[in-house]
Amino acid sequence: MRYDALIIGAGLSGLGAGIRLAQFGKRVAILEKHTLWGGLNSFYKLGGRRFDSGLHALTNYAPRGERTKPLGRILRQLRIDHDELALGEQSWSAVRFPGIELRFSNDLALLRSEIARAFPGEVAAFERLLADLPGYERLDGTNSGRSARAELSGRFRDPLLVEMLLCPLCYYGGAREHDLDWEPFAILFRAVFLEGFARPSGGIRPVLDVLVKRFKAEGGELRLRAGVARIVVEGGAERGADRELGRGRVRGVVLESGEELEAEHVYSSAGWVETLALCPREHLRGAGPIEPGPLSFFESLTVTAEEPRALGFDGTAIFFNDSPRFDYRSPDGLVDPRSGVICTPNNYATSEPLTEGLLRVTLLASHAHWRALDPERYVAEKARAAELALAAAARFAFDVRGKAIFQDTFTPLTIERFTGHVGGAVYGSAHKRPDGKTGIDGLSLIGTDQGFVGIVGALLSGITVVNRRELEAAGSAS
Amino acid sequence: MTNDEIVLAIKDIIATIAPDEDLAHLKMDVRLREQIELDSMDFLDIVMELRKRYGVQVPEQDYMELATLDGCVKYLGPKLADKQLKLASRA
Ligand SMILES: Cc1cc2nc3c(=O)[nH]c(=O)nc-3n(C[C@H](O)[C@H](O)[C@H](O)COP(=O)(O)OP(=O)(O)OC[C@H]3O[C@@H](n4cnc5c(N)ncnc54)[C@H](O)[C@@H]3O)c2cc1C
Repeated sequence: MRYDALIIGAGLSGLGAGIRLAQFGKRVAILEKHTLWGGLNSFYKLGGRRFDSGLHALTNYAPRGERTKPLGRILRQLRIDHDELALGEQSWSAVRFPGIELRFSNDLALLRSEIARAFPGEVAAFERLLADLPGYERLDGTNSGRSARAELSGRFRDPLLVEMLLCPLCYYGGAREHDLDWEPFAILFRAVFLEGFARPSGGIRPVLDVLVKRFKAEGGELRLRAGVARIVVEGGAERGADRELGRGRVRGVVLESGEELEAEHVYSSAGWVETLALCPREHLRGAGPIEPGPLSFFESLTVTAEEPRALGFDGTAIFFNDSPRFDYRSPDGLVDPRSGVICTPNNYATSEPLTEGLLRVTLLASHAHWRALDPERYVAEKARAAELALAAAARFAFDVRGKAIFQDTFTPLTIERFTGHVGGAVYGSAHKRPDGKTGIDGLSLIGTDQGFVGIVGALLSGITVVNRRELEAAGSAS
Repeated sequence: MTNDEIVLAIKDIIATIAPDEDLAHLKMDVRLREQIELDSMDFLDIVMELRKRYGVQVPEQDYMELATLDGCVKYLGPKLADKQLKLASRA
């Protein structure tokens, strides 16, 4: 069986790429290792309840009709109606450091007034930042390697404001420790502060259903339990350029079942390190430093009978840090309870209200430390980390301790097991590959390690890499 | 297809790509991008639909020929002469 294109992974980038390829009339199949689709942003059932594995917020909210914004562009390219997402906007969110808060919402006026209140001396510098940032948003993913921390420190006198702006953006897309690159910062700033948060009514599941339906309607094939064991490459394995695989041309893949599939092109959303591991050894020379991403997270989900509003909280997400300096790195212990994200799906204005309260707390976590535990300790430490998470929530948002009617937690090991991302690196490798090229002809990278992250980012990544390749093909066909 | 049908065919494709645009008043001789919001990726979609619906190939260096409706008629006229109009938009 010969395909025009095969996609490794039915996460958001794979689904976005798949829909585009099918629209271009390609014979395409998505190959997913797991029984469910969605990847890092999937769903599961536990204790009779439905949960989203990774939905805090759909960033980049834009109302219907805003077609030049990222969300509008995606919907248009995938030919999905805005109404199909049934988005409800957030109430408000905040960055909270000791004794100081900056609130923001989907209306930039709120953040502007907060800056004026909390940092009156920085208003002009903030306005300059707002004016300059769009010029640094690179939709082709290119990146000058400049440090956002250094850039912001040059613009603001008060280091506290620099830390407070970095905190949420690192949590929603920082692939490396301590800092963000400047161009990705510009993209994340838009995603979080300029456009803001929304939630699809019913969570991620209906969104994934819309995408899968669209993919199949365009003629695409989705194969679950179809893990790719190897990528087949033919031809020369000369030394590749820096961080590139040695030349050669893709021929197809071999599934874990042993089945062979031939294809003209393979798009992998598995991640850079993970994709390398599927390629023949002789092509790895020159592939450059092969380090998995350094950052992973612990997450606790707590269900309460009462909704957060009844417990005194009407916000959406709180990005907290317990000292003036924000330390974004892999912790020295299992988790780092000094900072994190506290959020609830309850306070979005969705058409279908939730019946119970849900609190999610995210903390930085160390994959190596969790991996070192024996099974018994692992269970006990999960419970302990959840206590730390709920204590932080009580301090920075609201208190659900003693009110939980159900609780679940997951660790870097859980993330690794369910998504294949080595080290549970949610945002992938610190080195991105903006053009999606790997060095091997016919093998492209999409998703996390191409460069765009998050739900909207991953979709955009899949779409952009396919579009660019189709443009190149149109250019050379003539 | 007649010239009028080619205009219909193009408008129908645009209606599929950009369902919320009002296409009733499109002028023939003004660049489409100046009348409605279309970016370079939308042109890729127009070309994609031309290929899917009518089997017509438009190489990248010819995309400019499709900038106006007049341009579309001139460039696509010979290629679509023996093709049947197919309408697909929800409009
Ligand atoms: C706890 C958590 C909370 C998050 N919260 C948000 C949020 O609120 N908002 C937001 O925008 N983003 C959020 N994210 C990030 C977002 O989910 C991801 O950035 C995005 O889903 C990445 O999509 P992707 O397609 O690039 O990769 P993935 O979703 O990782 O897709 C890769 C897919 O490839 C499959 N795969 C891997 N190897 C193979 C193989 N060999 N063969 C076959 N299949 C394979 C995997 O099973 C997986 O399904 C969160 C993530 C986590 C973990």
